[in-house]
Amino acid sequence: MTRKQRRLYFVVLGVLAVGAAAALVLTALRQDIVFFFSPSEILEAKVPTEGRRIRLGGLVEQGSVVKDGAIVRFRVTDGAHTLPVVYSGLLPDLFREGQGVVTEGKMGPDGEFQAAEVLAKHDENYMPKEVAESLKKTGHWQGESQPAK
Amino acid sequence: MIAEIGHFALILALGVALLQAVVPLWGARRNDPVLMGLAGPASVVQFLLVAVSFAALTHAYVVSDFSVMNVFSNSHTDKPLLYKVSGVWGNHEGSLLLWITILALFGLAVSLFGGNLPPGLKARALAVQAMITVGFLLFILFTSNPFERLDPPPINGQGLNPLLQDPGLAFHPPFLYLGYVGFSMAFSFAIAALIEGRVDAAWARWVRPWTLVAWVFLTCGIVLGSWWAYYELGWGGWWYWDPVENASFMPWLAGTALLHSAVVVEKRDALKSWTIFLAILAFGLSLLGTFLVRSGVITSVHAFASDPTRGVFILGLLVIAIGGSFALYAVRAPSLKTGGLFAPISREGALLLNNVLMATGAGTVLLGTLYPLFADAFDLGKVSVGPPFFNSVFVPLMVPMVLAMAAGPFMSWKRADLMGVLGRLKLVLGLAVVAAGVTWFLEGGTAGPWWAAGGIGLAVWLFLGTLAEWAERVRLFKAPAEALGRARRLPRAAWGMTLAHAGLALFIAGATASSAWKQESVQSQKVGEAVTVAGYTFTLTDVRDVQGPNYVASTGTFEVTRDGKPFATMTPAKRTYKMPPRPTTEAAIVGTFWGDVYAVVGDKDPDGGYVTRLYFNPLVPWMWMGALVMVIGGLVSLSDRRHRVGAPTRARAGAKTQPAKA
Repeated sequence: MTRKQRRLYFVVLGVLAVGAAAALVLTALRQDIVFFFSPSEILEAKVPTEGRRIRLGGLVEQGSVVKDGAIVRFRVTDGAHTLPVVYSGLLPDLFREGQGVVTEGKMGPDGEFQAAEVLAKHDENYMPKEVAESLKKTGHWQGESQPAK
Repeated sequence: MIAEIGHFALILALGVALLQAVVPLWGARRNDPVLMGLAGPASVVQFLLVAVSFAALTHAYVVSDFSVMNVFSNSHTDKPLLYKVSGVWGNHEGSLLLWITILALFGLAVSLFGGNLPPGLKARALAVQAMITVGFLLFILFTSNPFERLDPPPINGQGLNPLLQDPGLAFHPPFLYLGYVGFSMAFSFAIAALIEGRVDAAWARWVRPWTLVAWVFLTCGIVLGSWWAYYELGWGGWWYWDPVENASFMPWLAGTALLHSAVVVEKRDALKSWTIFLAILAFGLSLLGTFLVRSGVITSVHAFASDPTRGVFILGLLVIAIGGSFALYAVRAPSLKTGGLFAPISREGALLLNNVLMATGAGTVLLGTLYPLFADAFDLGKVSVGPPFFNSVFVPLMVPMVLAMAAGPFMSWKRADLMGVLGRLKLVLGLAVVAAGVTWFLEGGTAGPWWAAGGIGLAVWLFLGTLAEWAERVRLFKAPAEALGRARRLPRAAWGMTLAHAGLALFIAGATASSAWKQESVQSQKVGEAVTVAGYTFTLTDVRDVQGPNYVASTGTFEVTRDGKPFATMTPAKRTYKMPPRPTTEAAIVGTFWGDVYAVVGDKDPDGGYVTRLYFNPLVPWMWMGALVMVIGGLVSLSDRRHRVGAPTRARAGAKTQPAKA
């Protein structure tokens, strides 16, 4: 095998691997990524949400958390609009009324968001970036809750 | 006073590092032994200064000196000593100081063990190492001074995030950083080799053990983090493809590829410029990982102590380091002489296939991790890229790699006989297919996912294939009487390979089973009520408050039975820490051969019940065991005398033949 043939082998292998990866990535980008929306974006029907897995983020409305056994209902607000959420399971330790939250799931037919996951965060001062931005958009941003350090 | 000494030592270290970054490089260019010789002592002094600084900060934490702002923000007198010490790196500034300390430690190692390195290579590598140190010291001194004072000093501190007060996470950052920073060795030597325009077997013999050291630490660090997430977050999962997790996984992939391609450089004098590329990539991805974690540019559930403004500085550092080294690579790599030729079907070919797939895999992880940033920048909407993306992209890429992994070690260098190799593996192949079939059949009842049978088949294929290769080496079946003696004489590196590959097989089995057949039940349970999951009956017998050193725990007691016989008493808890006042979940886990029985207790609901989450996680212990076996494999390989730093064979490529081209 000459040097040229080896280089060709190298190139073919690389092209095959990268090609396969690109095909997988493109398919996955169509199906497997999850879009983030605020309650306003969903309710003003700017986006097609039917049956698609999406993320919903905002603040947990004060006084909205109702626990019924392992089923929890609460409302997520961005100041302008509010969306009811139902979730079955243990809430993350830092889930709190009035705090930022990101949930992942699907819109139910009754207009209730069926959360499959409520994302935990490990740091109380940490506000999900998307939530901060959507709050800024609706003018309900209170500023950094406190400087991290 | 001690804090000021620490600060001052860092400033002095910056001076020494600047000297070390410039003078030896100049000396190497002029071939001046005195100037080149400066690198060694400089790195020793630099290490001592940084160590003084690190010790000063640790001292401030241990004595709870709250006049230091960093200690005030992250510590508290009530904390157990372990977490006072781990608090040193449980925050942005301290973790950077740890980064630099480890970097200086590796620099020290070069000057201590690098006695018989060609002086030019040593001087240049140490100079590059010092350049990285300069970057990080500037960062810490200008943006993240850990020794900043508070006046007047507060009475007590704000405490450490309770999630970090855990043995698994206390040691996670040091291991991870030893891994990340360990790749700086391969990087510095790669840059030095590019400057010299020469890569040879001696270079690879030096780089290999250090890459292996970094790889072992990084593997430990990733596994500790994963294990921590598994038992501490109470979600019953161990990997979420979160950006912060990916940040540590990408350098691991590149580092694993580097480990394998360095073998080809050492044994066959081929794949040189590719190996240099991987060395730059592994460290570049480590820097990127540091940036992603520290800057908070990407939403991550594991975001600790991030600060976007300071992220810009690391981004600048990243651009200079990666951009600069790839520019150098583009200019100099073509001048590297290529060596040994090989056929596509050969040991080299198999290792190259592994490399290409690993690097592509790392590329897809990088793309998925950064995609939300691109999408945001190009106004494609706010997206998150989670497990579904990575599972459908990364996993298929790894399937051919694992298939080739069992066959690769059977192949001979230069040219191999594929049919012959497959012939020797036909029994293994048959057993793997049977295992997949049996899995498929057993699964039929529970209607598990279709890929699970494939995953188990792959694990069996890799495990048995690896054992078969070992058996052939020691001639277990052909000459059983001599097998023991042969096994004893087998090079440690070969043992390491066998162990690491077998460990990965165990890991694949565990990862497949726990993803496919996890059983879970979430409900509100009153004291006295029983719930059955996967044949285990959990009876909640008691929930009471237990006082800890700096928290109160609401501890539940489950009497767990299996088939009516007592199995275990499990006591998960929900802790509420005093400072900062924050809850954490403590899962109770009992491991069995077939899986983990896992229980979490949550809040009390209005009817007097407790929300409980009960799991059976099949084969999870196999994953930890597999990872441990991989780490042991790495350590065994490291003990190979041919890998020992300073092995006599390296002196062969002495200093005389050194072309001072640069």
